[in-house]
Amino acid sequence: MTALLEIDGLYKAFGPVRAVNGISLSVPAGEVLGFLGPNGAGKSTTMKMVAGFLDPDQGSARICGDDILLSPKAAKQNLGYLPEGAPAYGEMTPVGFLKFCASIRGLKGAQGRAAVDKAIKRTALSSVAGQTIDTLSKGFKRRVGIAQAILHEPKVLVLDEPTDGLDPNQKQQVRDLIAELSEGRAIVISTHILDEVDAVCSRAVIIDQGKVVADGTADELRQLIPGKKTPSLDEVFRYITTSDAVHRSEGDHG
Amino acid sequence: MANVFTIAKRELAGYFGTPIAYVFLVIFVILSGVVTFHLGNFFARGSADLSAFFNYVPWLLLVFIPAVSMRLWAEERKSGTVELLMTLPISPWEAVTGKWLASVGFIAVAFVATFPLWITVNYLGDPDNGVIMVSYLGALALAAVLLAMGSCVSAFTKNQVIAFVLAVAIAFVIVTSGTPIVLDTVRAIAPKPIVDAVAAMSALTHFIGTGQGFVALSSVVYAISMVVFWLFATVIVLSNKKAD
Repeated sequence: MTALLEIDGLYKAFGPVRAVNGISLSVPAGEVLGFLGPNGAGKSTTMKMVAGFLDPDQGSARICGDDILLSPKAAKQNLGYLPEGAPAYGEMTPVGFLKFCASIRGLKGAQGRAAVDKAIKRTALSSVAGQTIDTLSKGFKRRVGIAQAILHEPKVLVLDEPTDGLDPNQKQQVRDLIAELSEGRAIVISTHILDEVDAVCSRAVIIDQGKVVADGTADELRQLIPGKKTPSLDEVFRYITTSDAVHRSEGDHG
Repeated sequence: MANVFTIAKRELAGYFGTPIAYVFLVIFVILSGVVTFHLGNFFARGSADLSAFFNYVPWLLLVFIPAVSMRLWAEERKSGTVELLMTLPISPWEAVTGKWLASVGFIAVAFVATFPLWITVNYLGDPDNGVIMVSYLGALALAAVLLAMGSCVSAFTKNQVIAFVLAVAIAFVIVTSGTPIVLDTVRAIAPKPIVDAVAAMSALTHFIGTGQGFVALSSVVYAISMVVFWLFATVIVLSNKKAD
């Protein structure tokens, strides 16, 4: 399988803090990758670099073969990105906002209208499509952000906490949508909610202090705790990302 | 180029999506009337022209332009939409130019809204409408230069108040450089080449020409190069500060 998203040795430091410290990943079509890690582990920074918002100090990311630094426009055409917090222009309506995004992506006229209608339907936004975004609930705002990301049917989707702030019903809708979209696409979602990994991800990567510390299916991750038969993913997460575990793993490699 | 207009269209619609635009326009028009008829001694002059208005335009713009430009990038950065905008398939210069163009369009609307002044002078006498037209274009060019500067200042900070105050200070220098009040101060603290550079930046000198219906090539070059310089600076500042 060819990888639609390739992340190659990304490094990023903010002053003395190394936020991302050599992350490499590749995500083939059909895979939903859960991007996990404690707060401040470097998840959002990595996603911002993949989306072309932040320039890495070293390394690069390729989307459908296009380097995000060397040919950003081509790479971004194949990328749908939901930034953390799902920012959108508050004074616009979801329809107006999505039309703007469609237009920037070269979807104009009837083609643009069809894309906007489809995205609104998929994210169940019809009931609020004419309200200004500022007046919407957090859940609806998040869905406007998701609609914007899937509008142009991108091959690669990078979603930073897509289910944050949603109620259980809305979470399920988004998970169903991600499952539906996964065919033929590479999807990366960052999350704190480990249930999400079992529910929607075919593979999970745990990062801590800017490095990949675990990579595998949910079942493979469960086997990382020695001597425990069926640990919860919460337990695996805590085991891997507590500082003792990191030091232990560094010692193993050293 | 199509992206520039798409961004400009969205931005301009954004101005009118909130009451701020209407408040701005109403106050601008009222103040335009006040400076023309009251401060400008319109009736005492006994001349049916708009020079009373255009003499005060730079001073009106000094406050009104930063009020428009302060939100250009500071708000995008504060609300996080800058991340959305910059991860769409557009180049930074398209985003910067589009947003600046919208702000120029908005000020153009503000100038159009002063049409009662134009009607008044045409009712009272027989003004040279060519001169008035050139004066309006000169005013718009001055606004375009100051907006490009304001865009750069706004990219520096997430705080709109800081963006406003800084833009007023720099706009004051741009408008009044070349006048003794600025040059004497600069001369006291800087070497001659810098004094000459500040003198050459004077927008007022170029603007006064248009008030007489006269467009010098040097004024056109001045306006274009100032806009290009400040927009280029905006792109640089934004590239470095957008994620802070």
